[in-house]
Amino acid sequence: MISLTINGTRTEVREGTTILQAARFLEIPIPTLCYHPWLKPFGACRICTVQVQRPRGYELVTACNTPCEEGMVIQTDTDHVRQARRVVVELMMARWPNVPIVQKLAAEVGLEKPRFISEMRDEAPDACILCLRCVRICEEVVGACAIGYEDRGIKRKVVTPFHEESEACVACGACAHVCPTGHMKFEPEDYRGKPPEFLLGPNTAIHVMTPQAVPKVPRIDRESCIHFKTNGCQKCVEVCEAKAVNHEMTDQELEIEVGQILVATGYDLFDASVMAQYGYGRLDNIYTALDIERMLNATGPTGGQIRLKNGQPPRAVGIIHCVGSRDENYHRYCSRVCCMYALKFAHLIKERCPEAEVYNFYIDMRAFGKGYEEFYSRVLHEGVNVIRGKVAEVVQAGWSKQEEGTLLIRCEDTLIGKLREIPVDMVILCNAIEPRRDAERVARLFGLSRSPDGFFLERHPKLDPVATSSDGLFVAGCAQGPKDIPDTVAQASAAAARMLATIAKGVVEMDPVRAEINEEYCSGCRVCNALCPYEAIEYLEDKNVSRVNSALCKGCGTCVAACPAGAITGYGFSDLQLHAELEGLLAVR
Amino acid sequence: MNQQQRFEPRIVGFLCNWCSYTGADLAGVSRMKSAPNLRTIRVMCSGRVDPTLVLRAFQLGADGVLVAGCHPGDCHYQEGNYKAMRRVLLLKRVLREFGIDERRLRLEWISASEGEKFARVANEFTEQVRALGPLQLEEAPAAVAEPQLEEVRA
Ligand SMILES: Cc1cc2nc3c(=O)[nH]c(=O)nc-3n(C[C@H](O)[C@H](O)[C@H](O)COP(=O)(O)OP(=O)(O)OC[C@H]3O[C@@H](n4cnc5c(N)ncnc54)[C@H](O)[C@@H]3O)c2cc1C
Ligand code: SF4
Ligand code: SF4
Ligand code: FES
Repeated sequence: MISLTINGTRTEVREGTTILQAARFLEIPIPTLCYHPWLKPFGACRICTVQVQRPRGYELVTACNTPCEEGMVIQTDTDHVRQARRVVVELMMARWPNVPIVQKLAAEVGLEKPRFISEMRDEAPDACILCLRCVRICEEVVGACAIGYEDRGIKRKVVTPFHEESEACVACGACAHVCPTGHMKFEPEDYRGKPPEFLLGPNTAIHVMTPQAVPKVPRIDRESCIHFKTNGCQKCVEVCEAKAVNHEMTDQELEIEVGQILVATGYDLFDASVMAQYGYGRLDNIYTALDIERMLNATGPTGGQIRLKNGQPPRAVGIIHCVGSRDENYHRYCSRVCCMYALKFAHLIKERCPEAEVYNFYIDMRAFGKGYEEFYSRVLHEGVNVIRGKVAEVVQAGWSKQEEGTLLIRCEDTLIGKLREIPVDMVILCNAIEPRRDAERVARLFGLSRSPDGFFLERHPKLDPVATSSDGLFVAGCAQGPKDIPDTVAQASAAAARMLATIAKGVVEMDPVRAEINEEYCSGCRVCNALCPYEAIEYLEDKNVSRVNSALCKGCGTCVAACPAGAITGYGFSDLQLHAELEGLLAVR
Repeated sequence: MNQQQRFEPRIVGFLCNWCSYTGADLAGVSRMKSAPNLRTIRVMCSGRVDPTLVLRAFQLGADGVLVAGCHPGDCHYQEGNYKAMRRVLLLKRVLREFGIDERRLRLEWISASEGEKFARVANEFTEQVRALGPLQLEEAPAAVAEPQLEEVRA
């Protein structure tokens, strides 16, 4: 330990501590500029100058990069110190008079106006003041070395190699983060490659996925994490006291043995850009329902506010129901949830932008559930306009300055029997719920069947809507067909109860449909052995007969049909039974 | 048979429990019209359809036999339907030997979701067999054995 005195206070510090660190520990203020706690001390701006007592007189040193020595006596607020700092700030004011952080320092040292003007004077409030924090963080922390500086003295300048876009840049934004003047700029949309209105909200490379995430722990997004690009950074590892951050972790494939499976894989949404007449992806301010859900969310990119692309609230919003649903060209079925969430949108938009006109365009209003019809009439009373008729197209309105950015919805209003054109500045498309794009693969994997609309098939539409044709396999939610949350929860609860019932029982009842070999008739030809898809038939060498292992047999009957000796009985579907059925069926002319 | 009356063929359909039988169910639940000439027998898998069952059906006076199972790759028991396919191909040759038009035996893949296809196949096949006319067997082929009943009773 080293003992020293700062402004008359004695203190002890560990070896290697700088004067700045020791002073900050004692809460003695020392101004800094080029210093940053993540970076190695640099001592370039000299604003942190302090006075150290020497045997003969004193010395002025920079606090940020001078290590403490045994017996040091330090003053941070003498006339000499103030004078030295004043000169430093005055030189900066002469060159960068409008940079707020420089102005603040000037106020601190009591400087109103510099006595001279620099020939390199830069009036910009976000001028580069050459602290080089950006260059240093890029090298020391990020490890990318994407920016550097050229020339020396007052001509020094921060640049990229060869003044070209730096290939080494990983677009992490660290430089902008540490820049004290805002000279380094970083536009967050660049790094996700998506316009900000579709951002899932502000996120960093390490984040909790959603406020409702289970388990609620942060995850690292490999695509944005600097460590995976440059092998550097690891700031999160440094700050995590629990030592829980581990960049070596990789995805693992686990094999888990289970006895029952609930398939609740949900849905995908119809690609609204397929219906080109509605302009999605082509015209501005046309959103899908899911985009709007995100926008309305308090943790979303707009904090729950409804906004146009230009950041303004909309004056008129058109909500189009049944986009891709109830349409011979796409899906014939009704997606079941759209009418109600469309009314929910109308209600929320009215609540958050009371000035806005809201129009709902519907084919039929399906307010089918408990309390839904009541909600519909409430929304009507809130002044939402509902128009019965399918929208023909959405087009850009005229080209006058006033109409700029306005969209026109062309539709037939079937209740008044007229074609209408309604100007709005935002359109919301309620696109259909579809089977997931991997439904075919998942169906194969589990041996599930699919109904003609592509959703997984239940065992019976009325009598057994949660089981499937395979024992122990259940379906729930939109994987089985479009439905809202209450219906999903009801179906999933039913499925869970069915599964628990089997577990509680402790035994599994198997279908008595099984094959059995009559050893008296069996000639030991072994034809059946190779045919059984479950290898349920073993050959008993000593007896020269085959035998079915009834625990493995699934009762398909392939062996029964193949046995040349007719030695195999398929219980439930024996020859006797099938022939009797045939006779019965064909007895009547 | 009264010549004035239209010939109503009798057709036996062996339907796989998992696909075609469920498909037939779906056709019913969806209120689709299909020919009542098809009389169905449920089997667990199209692979269970023993050639003797088909021959016995013809012997008992069926004018057509339909064997329907899951689409290739979808068999509940992995590959029973491939076995059915091979058997039906061989059986058609045997039918020719017996002087039975091989078009009276038909193999179809009908999945549980294809209620529409089931109805279509039932109607088409009925019309096809109607066009072929009633099956006339000179004499019941001796080769078709009675089922061995003892084995079951044992
Ligand atoms: C825009 C919009 C607004 C809506 N608003 C409402 C509303 O206000 N009220 C309401 O009641 N309903 C609403 N709904 C309906 C609601 O979203 C659904 O009822 C509900 O999400 C269905 O739940 P689910 O669990 O079946 O499917 P999902 O919510 O889709 O969940 C399925 C989950 O399975 C996962 N998954 C998929 N495949 C696999 C796989 N192979 N392996 C592992 N996991 C997999 C998915 O990642 C997903 O997390 C709305 C729907 C939309 C589109
Ligand atoms: S190493 Fe940690 S702090 Fe650095 S970018 Fe990756 S997640 Fe962020
Ligand atoms: S009935 Fe099917 S599963 Fe059972 S032993 Fe015979 S071939 Fe194997
Ligand atoms: S289960 Fe249907 S053909 Fe095999």
